[in-house]
Parts: sequence; C-alpha cells; structure tokens
Amino acid sequence: MVLLTLMAAVTVGVVRLRNLFAVVILGGIYSFLMASVLIVLDAVDVAMTEASVGAGIATVLMLGTLYLTKVEEHRPVHTPLLPLFVAVVTAAVLVYGTYGLPPFGAADTPMHLHVAPYYLAQSIEQTGVPNVVTSVLASYRGYDTLGEVTVIFTAGIGVLLLLKGRRRDGEKGDKA
Amino acid sequence: MRYDTILRIGAKLILPFILLFALYVQFHGDFGPGGGFQAGVVSAAMVILYAIIFGLAAAQRVVPPILVETMVPLGVLIYAGVGVAAMLLGGDYLNYSVLLHDPVHGQEFGILLVEIGVLVTVAGTMTAIFYTFVGRGR
Amino acid sequence: MEILEPILHHYNHWITIFLMVSGLYIVVARGNMVKKLVGLALFQTSVYLLYISPGKILGGTPPILAEGFSVYSNPLPHVLILTAIVVGVATLALGLALVVRINEEFGTIEEDEIFEMISEE
Repeated sequence: MVLLTLMAAVTVGVVRLRNLFAVVILGGIYSFLMASVLIVLDAVDVAMTEASVGAGIATVLMLGTLYLTKVEEHRPVHTPLLPLFVAVVTAAVLVYGTYGLPPFGAADTPMHLHVAPYYLAQSIEQTGVPNVVTSVLASYRGYDTLGEVTVIFTAGIGVLLLLKGRRRDGEKGDKA
Repeated sequence: MRYDTILRIGAKLILPFILLFALYVQFHGDFGPGGGFQAGVVSAAMVILYAIIFGLAAAQRVVPPILVETMVPLGVLIYAGVGVAAMLLGGDYLNYSVLLHDPVHGQEFGILLVEIGVLVTVAGTMTAIFYTFVGRGR
Repeated sequence: MEILEPILHHYNHWITIFLMVSGLYIVVARGNMVKKLVGLALFQTSVYLLYISPGKILGGTPPILAEGFSVYSNPLPHVLILTAIVVGVATLALGLALVVRINEEFGTIEEDEIFEMISEE
C-alpha cells in the first residue's frame, strides 16, 4: 500500500520536472519501487528482472542518450487542456470499470481454476524442475521464449545498423 | 584523485563477484528465482561497470566488439539448434523429452541448453548496444 | 467500514489506472522525445502491475514448489510479464537510437521545432 503511494508520488515528479537528468534518475527510483511491489505480490522472478533491467539497463541507456543530446526540456508553448481532459475521462471510465472486478487476493477467480493448477501439479513429474515459472517459460511455452530471443536479437541488430560507424560532425552534405 | 583510486580498487574487488552472481542466477534458475534473462543482464552490467570506471578503450580490449557482435546471433542459433536436434532425434520441434535416455532428464537437459542460449544473446545484445551508444560521441 | 471496503479491494487497480493515465498524458502532451519515451516506459510498467496483481492469492507463496506449502500464487502472468519486460527494454533501446539519429539530423529533439523545420523545406 505504502509502496504504491510512493510510486504515484514519483510519477507526479516525472510529469512535472523539466530537467531530464532528474527525470531519468526518478525513473530508476520508480523501477526499484516497482520491484519491491512485485516482491510483495509474490512475483520473485519478475521482480529480479524488473530491478536489473529497469533500474540498470534502461537508466544507463537513457543517460547515454542524454550525453549525446541535450539535458533540458522546453516549456510547453500552449497549455495542454485537451490531453488532460482525455486523460481524466479515460481514468474515470476505467475506475468505473474496476467495480466489476473481483477483490484483491481472492482465490476462486476463473484465472486460478483452470490452467494454473495443471501446471503446478505436473511440473515436477514431467520436467523435474521445482521453479514453475522457469519450467513454463522454457518447456511448456518454449515457442514464446524463442520468439522473445528473436525480438532481442532484432533490436540489437537494429541499434547496430542505426548507430554504428563514425559520427559525421553535423554536416549532411556527404550522404549520397 | 583520492576518489578515483577508491573507485578503481573497489571495482576490481567486486567485479569477479558480479560474474559469479550472474552464473549462480543462471544455473540455479531451476530451484529459485532466476533464469537466462536476469543472468544475461547482470553479466552485461559487469562489462558496463568496467567500461564506466576504466574507460571504453580498456573495456574493449578485454571484451572486444567482434566477440560481442558474434554473441548476439549465437544464442538464437543455440536455441533453434536445440529444436532441430530434437527433430533429428525423432520427436517434434523443441520436444525435449527425446534428447536423452529418459524424458525427465531430457527435459532438464533441454531447459539447461535453452537458458544458456538466452544468456548469450541477452548479454551480447545489452553490451553491444552500450558500446554503440558510448562509442558514438567521439 | 463499508466505505473502506472498496478502497482495500481495489487500491491496486486505482493506482494502476493513475500510473497508466499519467504515462499516457506524458506521451501525448509533452514534446520532448526522451520524455515521451520515459512516459512510454511508465505506461508499460503500469500494465505489468495490472497483470500481476490479480495473480496474487492472499496467504499463498511464490510459485516455487517446495515441501510444506500448498497454496501458490498463479505462475502464468509471471511468465507473460517476464517476456514483456525484456521486449520493452529492447524497444526502448531502439527508440533511443532513433532519437540520437534525429538529433544528429535536425539538431534538436523538441517535436514542434522539428515540425517547423520540416514545413519550411
């Protein structure tokens, strides 16, 4: 509860601040708070991944980008009333929708009754691995992990294609 | 100058333990939280820490960019190769049960190989992206 | 106590909606490209929270099978979100590379200045 309120406060800071360096550091704090919330929600694998990826790699890459571009953000020219109105209306509609959801932590919702008990019961016998998340990720749903590794590979190739090679100092003339 | 020395010595002390932790997370992903993705990111973080403290040229002497760029497709090849090997041994694509003499051992072996492939690709990609971003501003 | 019940049952969902809407606001309303990407990352993490918080069972343990525990939280959303986190950082890296290239071409990363430069040509 307290952690979630802290996350909301950090988000308000991210919206309002204009110094991009501070925004990136607040993003790192936000990722650590998210990892703590995930541990409270019993998602230990996801918490480790979110902490290392969100607070590590994302912060480092954004600091690298700030090193190559500038650090301040311009003051907005016109007040953004229409996006604010759209955001508030969307939030109101979604809050009205949450009244139909089951309460937090209930054990008899449909998502806990059909597929998950099968995986929890069969994982040790069929694969011999006690960590159900790893056995589902690598064995029962192995195709999805193959697709995910291909996506990471494609992103790496894309970044190498875009940014490899010596930087031309601001002139566009010799690109033919 | 004092702080520079503290950082260098501290980093030299802690870097082997980061690598050890990455390998621990990888191989104990079956029994606790962990697995390929977390281990790959922690390995990349080790190389990034070395590059931040000792400079990009020193890091590129230890882990050359050619090695890193070869690691990126190598992991995908390992993963797809496990599937093709399963097909050659008589089962379906990515059916680990036919890899060894016993279905349960075959599943464990298949999961181990697949996670190694994931580790190689994730570590290679994160390090390659970092090298590209930092090497651009020269 | 009647007033507090919906708050306790749905506090997770409301905070998730607040994070999602503020991420959406940053993407739509701000012109700086790096800040837009930070807003997009904010939106993505709120979606992770949306998926994982219904998976928790009060009184359960993390889904690692061990002796002595019988009620486990649902492992299926964890698998989905693990993939989603890593794919999210891959697209963030690609987006940042595009921002760097745009900065080299136009000299700025503010959206309205780039629109002026394009409409002048």
